[in-house]
Formats: sequence, C-alpha cells, structure tokens
Amino acid sequence: MSRLSTGGLIDRTRPLKFTFDGKQYSGFEGDTLAAALLANEVRLVARSFKYHRPRGILTAGTEEPNALVTLREGARAEPNSKATAVPLYDGLVASSQNRWPSLGFDLLALNQLASPIFVAGFYYKTFMRPAALWEKLYEPLIRRAAGLGALSGLPDPDSYDRKHAFCDLLVIGAGPSGLAAALTAGRSGLRVILADDDMAMGGHLLKERSEIAGAAGADWAAGVVEELASYPNVTLLPRTGVFGVYDGHEYGAVERVSDHLPEPLPGQPRQRFWKIVARHALLASGAIERPLIFPGNDRPGVMMASAVSAYLNRFAVAPGKKAAIFTSCDTGWQTALDLQAAGIGVAAVVDTRAQMPALADRLDLSDCVVALQGAIVDIKGSKSVKGATIRDGSGKETSVVCDLVAMSGGWNPAIGLGSNFGNRPVWSEELNAFLLDKAPPGFSPVGSAAGRMSLTSALGDGIRAATEVVQQLGKSPAEMAIADVAETGGTSENMLWVPSGIEGKAFVDFQNDVTASDIKLAASEGFVSIEHLKRYTTMGMATDQGKLSQLNGHGLLAEETKKTIAEAGTIMSRPPYTPIALGVIAGHHRGEHFRPVRHTASHDWAAENGAAFVDVGQWKRAQWFVQPGETEWRTSVDREVKATRGGVGICDVSTLGKIDVLGPDAATLLDRLYANMFSTLPVGRARYGLMLREDGFVMDDGTATRFAEDRYYVTTTTANAARVMQHIDFARQVIWPELDVQATSVTEQWATYSIAGPQSRAVLQALLPDIDLTNEAFKFMAAGEYRWRGTKIRLFRVSFSGELAYEISIGANRGRQLLEAIMEAGAPFGIVPYGTEALGVMRIEKGHPAGNEMNGQTTAGDLGMGRMLSTKKDFIGRAMAQRPGLTDPGRMSLVGLKPIDPAATLRAGAHLLAKGAEPKAANVQGRVTSAAFSPTLGYSIALALVTGGQERIGEEMLLNDIVRATDVPVEICDAVFVDPAGERLRG
Amino acid sequence: MRIPCPYCGDRDSQEFVYRGDASPVRPADPAEETEFFDYVYLRENPAGPIDELWYHAQGCRNWITLTRDTRDHAISAARLTSEGKSA
Repeated sequence: MSRLSTGGLIDRTRPLKFTFDGKQYSGFEGDTLAAALLANEVRLVARSFKYHRPRGILTAGTEEPNALVTLREGARAEPNSKATAVPLYDGLVASSQNRWPSLGFDLLALNQLASPIFVAGFYYKTFMRPAALWEKLYEPLIRRAAGLGALSGLPDPDSYDRKHAFCDLLVIGAGPSGLAAALTAGRSGLRVILADDDMAMGGHLLKERSEIAGAAGADWAAGVVEELASYPNVTLLPRTGVFGVYDGHEYGAVERVSDHLPEPLPGQPRQRFWKIVARHALLASGAIERPLIFPGNDRPGVMMASAVSAYLNRFAVAPGKKAAIFTSCDTGWQTALDLQAAGIGVAAVVDTRAQMPALADRLDLSDCVVALQGAIVDIKGSKSVKGATIRDGSGKETSVVCDLVAMSGGWNPAIGLGSNFGNRPVWSEELNAFLLDKAPPGFSPVGSAAGRMSLTSALGDGIRAATEVVQQLGKSPAEMAIADVAETGGTSENMLWVPSGIEGKAFVDFQNDVTASDIKLAASEGFVSIEHLKRYTTMGMATDQGKLSQLNGHGLLAEETKKTIAEAGTIMSRPPYTPIALGVIAGHHRGEHFRPVRHTASHDWAAENGAAFVDVGQWKRAQWFVQPGETEWRTSVDREVKATRGGVGICDVSTLGKIDVLGPDAATLLDRLYANMFSTLPVGRARYGLMLREDGFVMDDGTATRFAEDRYYVTTTTANAARVMQHIDFARQVIWPELDVQATSVTEQWATYSIAGPQSRAVLQALLPDIDLTNEAFKFMAAGEYRWRGTKIRLFRVSFSGELAYEISIGANRGRQLLEAIMEAGAPFGIVPYGTEALGVMRIEKGHPAGNEMNGQTTAGDLGMGRMLSTKKDFIGRAMAQRPGLTDPGRMSLVGLKPIDPAATLRAGAHLLAKGAEPKAANVQGRVTSAAFSPTLGYSIALALVTGGQERIGEEMLLNDIVRATDVPVEICDAVFVDPAGERLRG
Repeated sequence: MRIPCPYCGDRDSQEFVYRGDASPVRPADPAEETEFFDYVYLRENPAGPIDELWYHAQGCRNWITLTRDTRDHAISAARLTSEGKSA
C-alpha cells in the first residue's frame, strides 16, 4: 500500500472494496478509481490505442488520455471510463481494455516492433490497394487491433432524465474563481447555477496546500459550498459537466446522478441532461497542465506534476517511492515540495530554464540531482518507470533511479467551451498560451481560464466578473473581500518548451499514439496547416480532443515550419467537451416512449374487439378486427369488405384532420385555398375539395362543409393534418392578412365514425329516429348539426367506400358511447367494425387517390381531377399548375390494372413495361401506386400511374417487379372498379 | 436556440417550424408566369441579416417574421407577420 498515514480529503472510516481485472482491492470514500489503484500500487492500467504500449495514470482529472477502463459488468458496462474521474464506490468492478490475452502480457504489443511503419498517414499509405480489400479485410483487422473498449451490446437497464433550467448566472467550474463568482452572485440575489464535473467542489483548492482566510483552501471551499447551499436562489450541481454552448445563451450539461453508486437508487435516473438557459455564463474551468515531450514520457509512472500533488494532497496517496521532476515552470518545484512534505524522496529536479526559482530555497536538495537547461532524454522500464537519464545544460548525462517522474510544461487555460461558437483562440505572447479573443454572447472566461493563473488573481477575477453581471442585471452587488491568501506554486512565467533532436518514442498525443516524429513527418510531407496536421496524424482527434496534446503538437509544427505558434494557430473544440453517453441524449425517448402515441376515443373499444393496430403518424388505428377462428389477416379484411358492401360496416375515422374556419371572409379564404369553388356551397352541404401547393402539385384533399354563411368545417387526410393547418395559417396570416377569418384545429375535439353500406341509413335511422334521413330529405353531400341524447353531433352524408354512407361526429369524450350505441342499433342489420385495411381496399376498388397517389409529384390532371381546377378565381397553385410540364398530356396519369390471369397477385411498386420490352429503367412506362385483393371482384387489382393514362385503357402490359422477381401480364382499365356510375352512394 | 415570439415571449426553437426568406410577396393574379416562378422558387441566401418566416406550431400558431443574422444566429427583431412589414 502506498497510502499516506495522514492527510487527504478521504474518509478513512469508510473503506470500500473494488476489483480491477478480477483482483480484489480496497480504497476509501472520497477516492477516485485512479487514486485507489495507485494506493494499491497498481500502475499499469491500460494499453494504448495503436501500439498497445503499457500505460498508467497520467492525470487526476477529466483530461486523462491513458487510464481508460471498462466500468461495471453486463448491461451496465461502460467502456472508456476515465479512472481519474470515476468516484470509487463499494463493489466497483473495472477491467482493462484493448489487450489480449491480458494487460500484463499483450500479444498485440508486437505492433510496437512494426512501429516504423505505423507512422502518420500509415493507413492511407499502406491499405490503398487493392481497394476492394479495404472493407472486407483491412478495416475489420485494423478495428480489432486498434481501439478502445467495447460496448456490451445489451439494452441499457437504466433511465435518463431531462431537465430545463433558467438562471441569471451559470458558473462552469467550482474552483477558486468559480466559487468566488458564485458566492458574489448568490449573495447579491441572482439565480445562480454552479456546475462542476468533479464529485467535490473546490477545483485546485482540493489538490494543493494553499490557504485562504487562515484555513486550508479545501476547508474554505467547503465553507463556501455550505453557504451557497443555504441560498434558495443557488443551485449546486456537482458531478455535472457542461459539455456545450449553443445559440441563444443555451448550455448543455450532464449530471451524473447515480454514477457514484453501484446502481441508481429506486426511482432515480442514472444521469440527467440539463438544458440551461443562462443570461450570463462564466467559464471558470481552470487550466490544464501541459506535458513535456521526451522519450518514454508515456511509461506508467510518468505523471503530470499537478496530478502527483493532487494524489498526495487530496487522496493521501504516494504515486511512487522516489521521484524525478522534469519541469519548465515552478509547478514542478512545488510538486517536489509536496513530495518531500509527504516524506517521499526526490532524486532529481530537471528544469529547462537556466535559473532556479525562489521556491527551490525551501527544498531539501541534499540527495537531489539538479539539472538546469536540462531534459530527461530516456526512461528506463517498460511497464513501470525504473529510472531516468538526465542531460544537463552542458550535455552531460546522468542516470537516476526513480519510480515516478512528475512533469510540467506550464499551463493551458481550459477554453474549449468558449471556442464552440467558431471563435478561434488567439496566442498570448504574454502568457504563452491560447486565450479566448471573442466568446459566445453572454459568456466570458474568468480566473485561470482567462489566464489569471495565481490563486489571488483567480479569486479576485471571479468576484469582479460576477459583480459586473450583478450590475448589468440592475441589482446591487454584495460587498466581497477574500483576505489572507497564502499561495503555493510559485510565480513563474508560463514558458512553452519544445525539444529539438529527440530520439525514441516521445508522445505528443497519448490517446491516439501520435509521437513527435509523426508531427515532423507530417510537416515534411506538406501537412503544415494546423487542420491538415490534425487529420493526417489524428493528433487531437481522440475523445479528449487534444486537451493535453494540442499545444505541444502545434509548438512542434511551428518549430518544423519555422513559424511562430501565433502564425501556426490552433484548432477549435466542439461539443461535447468531454464524452457523454448517447443514452442521456435520448433520455426517456426510447422503446414505447420513443415518440408520443395518440389514441382515438374508441381505442379501448377497438382493442377489446380484436383490433390489430397500425401506426399512422403518431396515431394508432385499427387495421382490422380479428374474429374467432380468423388466423390470416386477409380473412378478416375480406370479411369486413364483403359485410360492408353487402350490409353495413363502421369505421373510426377520427384521425382525419379537422379544422373550423370562421369569419366573414371564410368563403373567400376557402376559394383561395382550394382549387375548386366553395363560396357557392349552400349552407348544410359538404363538398369534396382539392388543395394544391403553390408550385401547382396536389397537396391534400378532403371535404369542406358549410354550417353557416361564415362557418365552414374542413377535413384533411390523417397524414397532412398539421401541414394543412400550417398552410391555412400561412394563407390567412402571411399572404392575405386583410381577410377577416380565423381557423382552429378541432381534430382532437371530435370523434368521428363512418357508417357505410346499403343498410347504413336503416342503422342511423334507428339511432336517430327524429331526423328524416330519407334520400329526399338528406341527400348525398348533405350535412347538419343535431343532438343525440342531448349532446351535439355533426352528421354528413359523405362516402369514401363508394357505398351509401354517413359520417357522424360527437365530442371526443362521448365517442365510445356513441360507437357502442351505433353497434347496438346496427346489431339487427349485422353491422361490423372495419379497419384501415378494408377502408384501403374499398377506396382502391373505387379508384380514390390517397397518399400513395398524392405523393407530392402528381398534379390534379395526373389524378383525373384536372377539371376541378376553377378558371373563375385565383387560388394557391393555379398559376404554376398551368406550366407546360405540368399539363403535358404525356405525363403519367392514374389508371386501374387487372391481371390477365385472375389468380395472379399485383403488388405496389412494380413497374409497367410494354409487352416484350427489356426490363430496364429507360423502358418503364408506369408503376403501381396501390394494390389490393378485391374481395368484391375476386381478384387482385391495382392503381397505377401510366404514361398516356386513360388513352391506353384496354392495352396489355407487363408488370415487372425486379425486387420480388415476378412478371405479371396485366390489362389497363378504368381506375373505378366498383359501381363506376356512382349509383350506390346516391341511392 | 430561443425564438422571441411577440405573442408568447422567448420560447425554445423546437416549438417552431422554419420556412425561410420572408421577402417574396405573392403576385396579384393575373401575373406573368415568371413572377410566380420567382415567388415560388427564388430565395435570398445572404451572409448577414435576413428577414425570415417562422411558425409557432407548438405555441400560439402565429407566423412570425424574424430578423436573424445567418452568420451568428443573432436575432435583432421579431414581429407578427400578419401585422405587415415594419420600418
């Protein structure tokens, strides 16, 4: 064990058991998985992406590129979890990835021997020929050998929540500047949300030994968090990563509600997606330490200096027994101090600079090699560090024995979120780092994210920024003073050190295995633009988006191309800032909740009566009703059609769109919306109407009924209900706002049933004995408003089936009651319910075009309704419908098809060819849009669009179906198969 | 993204249906076919501010004319389309 005997922010009274690769270990409450592994002296935790190099723990935060593990087992297994960001819990199970047969002995590490060929652009150069092998051979092989963890392939057992929040100030990050800002805003009465990725708030205060107001930094942070928690206007979101900035001051965040527990508590989601609308946001995300580039810098035991300090100070874990420090700034020296304070020997301090910093005075240098203007040039050991070779300013090399190397190359402000809007960061000569020049609206970086690196300046910046926000919102800011700050970490300049003349594998991008020599090779091959370099070498393209690697790579490129870094530039990051689970984006929208489901008023009745349902948009519609003994759907559908045509049937048509159009100009509006005339429609009558789009093609059809001079009731197809509503609103608000007319959707207000068949009048008369339904009194296309058992109903004599038929509407709350009453009244007449399939069969038998024919590419003329286009008025689509291309007599138009052999089956989608023509696209003269077996006729029928249309009636053609490999000889006939004179519906 | 609906206030853009350039005006009938062609098919696509139509389908069902900068999505004005062109 390498747990220190005292200190740390862990709870030693709460030991936690966990396993890694099947071996049992223990840690404490407050540990991350990485801290607990280090405490158990587990240093080799992963294999690298390309070379399968042994890798350890590099950082102590979400920027970790190496220590990716699979967390949990079975359906809850989550690959690529960062051990440095996983809170330890009792019973945690983790396993290593990308190795075979084991982490310690990985055969695929042979890749390293072949490493000279695995250079930048290796895939492009190696797997070019033959091209056919790429998909079948090369890609599967590469995918197996290179990669990260694998998904379980099992359904996710957990649930994910979604929450929308609004605030005055969103503070991203709860380090010194974030806490100071949140405290200022919270005390001033602003609605504040403070979000931090970590399980504990405090940021760097948790990891260093600084003091504020006489207390340890971590204690001060805890006090601030406690005060903030007491304010009703402040929402604290620990374990919450803000992953993206979006238009309109919107932010996306993921709260890991239950990931610190073995599994979510009952009723709790695993994670919660926050969509936050913030008037202002402060990016208090701190800074990320830069690695140094030297051979072997990826060996387990080489760590970021700040991470070493974090493991010592926050977790009371010694990541090694003897350390060497390699630094280009004071941070390394501070880590040396932290190590000595914990009783760990420092074998060497190597500084790239010429002078020792003031901090060095406090260090015991008695057993320590100090090399100025020096570098580490080699690391001994493979699966863990065993020593380091140091070259000093004079070129002299010394070897030291150590098992830990702490490196620090300075600090980069963590500005990734600020470049989400396409703001390219700019180089600061003063800071030697990229800073945000321009930020998204209402968004600004503070503290070290803004380059104010010292604790004092970060705290002050947080107060200043929040005070400005408070003032902007017209409130009075609370007086703030944070006294007695005892800094750690020195005051060095933030130098960028780029090595020259490296031999051996020195990693720039640890996660994607990109080395310094790859960058040089890419530059020498001409990939000198920062964006090309990124894509050619894959540097910065891993899941960490180059948080550690980016600047070092750009420094190397600048060196190679003899440019300054400012000229070379940098890339922009995109959401998500850290990877997030797809499940949390989907949220509740999965399985049966994938989208809303709409039920009609008599849905339950239909279910109780054997209905099979079909999805029509969001609606569930009865497709057919299975009677006892019916095993084939066709049996049910044929029976329903025959019973309706021979007696009476009832169908729920409530899903049709229904729109009330009211006002003195209602008639004028409808005249302009429909191709045919509605102002001449008498009160108490319905009329079939056709709507065109402004480009002249058919949009939708339905009926409009006039209940009063200024009151119409319009129906649409089920599919187009929303589109027609929008279209009507467009016409009356945008095109003709001067018209005095209102329109409102009443689709869900009315339940509507179609009663069809020769006995329909008798059934309805039994239901409504007080209404005179004789043909003389209530003609075809008559309509009226009546009452049934005291409730208002609307009655229409309209027909889709071609039979004598009525539609009856009632308030949706009484829909089922009405349906049951009709079934009771119809029982003596043998009434049957029928579904959408029988409805479809009957409309094909009658040659009525529906969605398959009104497909957005057909004109009124194509569908045999050219005469409906009024020449007496303007209407939407009139002008464009007259274009030559839309009136060409050679266009495909609607006909019927019947098979020459009555036993043959016609299928939708098949193509029509002249007899003897070769089956190829150029010979296609038409296609089947709708097909069905007609129980009325006893054979298969179809509707088709055919070149020349009506003129070809009687012609024999071949129906060619390439997909199903059938050829059926057919005869072109009229589209109306049943009762072409329309006598039944008028009788 | 938030849309400032003149009737409902700031609302989530998911409640709206986008239509595009608000400048085409439907020609009074009778008109040359080319005028209708322009009205139906020709749209401005500037890099900069543009007046465009949005429909608050899941809200008040008003058509709204927004002035939006296509470069940064900044919305500088919003009005009910039925109230006519503003200055």
